[in-house]
Amino acid sequence: MKDFFNAKAALVTGAGSGIGRAAALAFAAAGAHVGAADIAMAAAEETAALITGAGGVCLPLYADASKAGHAAASVAKMAAAFGRLDIAFNNAGISGGRPGKDDFDEDRYDSVMAVNAKGVWLGMKYQIPEMLRGGGGTIVNMASIAGLTGVGALSYTASKHAVIGMTKAAAVRYAGANIRINAICPGAVDTPMLARATAGAAPPPAGTTGPMATPADIAAAVLWLCSGEARFITGHPLVVDGGILAG
Amino acid sequence: MFSLAGRVALVTGGNRGIGLAIAAGLAQAGATIVIAARDAQAGQDAATRLGPDSLFIATDVTSQDSCQAMVRATEDRFGRLDILVNNAGITRAARAQDISLPDWQSVLDINLTGAFLCAQAAYPAMRRQQAGKIINLGSLAAIFGTATAAAYAASKGGIVQLTRSLAVSWGADNIQVNAILPGYIDTGLTRRAEAERPGAFDAKRARTPAGRIGRPADIAGAAIFLASDAASFITGTSITVDGGYAIQL
Repeated sequence: MKDFFNAKAALVTGAGSGIGRAAALAFAAAGAHVGAADIAMAAAEETAALITGAGGVCLPLYADASKAGHAAASVAKMAAAFGRLDIAFNNAGISGGRPGKDDFDEDRYDSVMAVNAKGVWLGMKYQIPEMLRGGGGTIVNMASIAGLTGVGALSYTASKHAVIGMTKAAAVRYAGANIRINAICPGAVDTPMLARATAGAAPPPAGTTGPMATPADIAAAVLWLCSGEARFITGHPLVVDGGILAG
Repeated sequence: MFSLAGRVALVTGGNRGIGLAIAAGLAQAGATIVIAARDAQAGQDAATRLGPDSLFIATDVTSQDSCQAMVRATEDRFGRLDILVNNAGITRAARAQDISLPDWQSVLDINLTGAFLCAQAAYPAMRRQQAGKIINLGSLAAIFGTATAAAYAASKGGIVQLTRSLAVSWGADNIQVNAILPGYIDTGLTRRAEAERPGAFDAKRARTPAGRIGRPADIAGAAIFLASDAASFITGTSITVDGGYAIQL
């Protein structure tokens, strides 16, 4: 377990809470050197403290995923600290609010697209050149079952469809350069973001395996996609939804 | 991370090609392997190579009796069945207008009906355990049309829908059912097709973003993951393992 990602350098955005924190902890437990980026620096530092407290290696990073300068700086700091970038999990995202109520809130549309869609695009823009320098790498972008269906507020659904589209296009472009790029499509996950978004609203649809995934369920799938076990998989939107889409 | 220690895995068609690679991968992850296949010699040889605990059971997946006997023999020997990999499959190369009814029928019988019969036979054991993993082998032919394998494509398209339906049917019993859709893989089956109609390997390689044909071992990693606790919230989905083929024009 400890040597699964032995000394691989893994950057996780939105690593201060929820799925991002779970993935950062899981990468570190599997031996990776982790960069934990978040717009809330205190949360990133908390994730780093959890990792170093368990004997792992983690660099907390302050980053607004929607800003080019921040995305570039995160990659530069990874390269400076670890000499390379092998893995990136572009996870940072925000809620589109309530479907129906917030569908046509223009400010929210702009911010959701800026973080969820452009943030992933900016991440890849700076991560890919560093991976090319290192001879390859693997990227997982955070999508959602809202990237495959019409659930969710319009801005959120649009942003997640965008993530899947750019994941496929980038995967085609860089497969020959030994960079695999996949997306992950969770259904409902028990995270602070979902709790805020659904406070007082109807519960999310339940799949066949239980009401909600844990952040660790999603992290496990991300780690697998980044591992050699998934070496021939690229451009795939991996659905982790407890069977919601199946039925 | 993806340990299968203590699990019993049954792999149909596990005596060669992708099935053998999956069996070897699951064994490496700690599972005890049962190989079910028609070819007794190859099946016994494969089981012997996989280790002293491995078992071979001669099975005809098109026979309900044979599938039930396969599961009974597994439970008699190991007391449980945790993982079923429905891998047994064939194809008959022919243009659609030339496919004979017996060929059409045998492809559907083995690839689709066989997967269903094995899953149905495995269900009581998995329900008793309130835990189980079923992994069905589809194909990119479930997504794309093919000019020389209409029966194969229809059977694999059926696998994707069978996977969804079993996932929905048996989710409450904590049985997860998923499919793997391999791209073009270098196996005995594709080599025979290449021998009959040379050029497919080069054409597939040229269209695959990863720049190579798949190897059977490439598929094993997906099976290990889907069979493990790490994938306990994944059900009813199909994972393409194709070097990016499906997302390319």
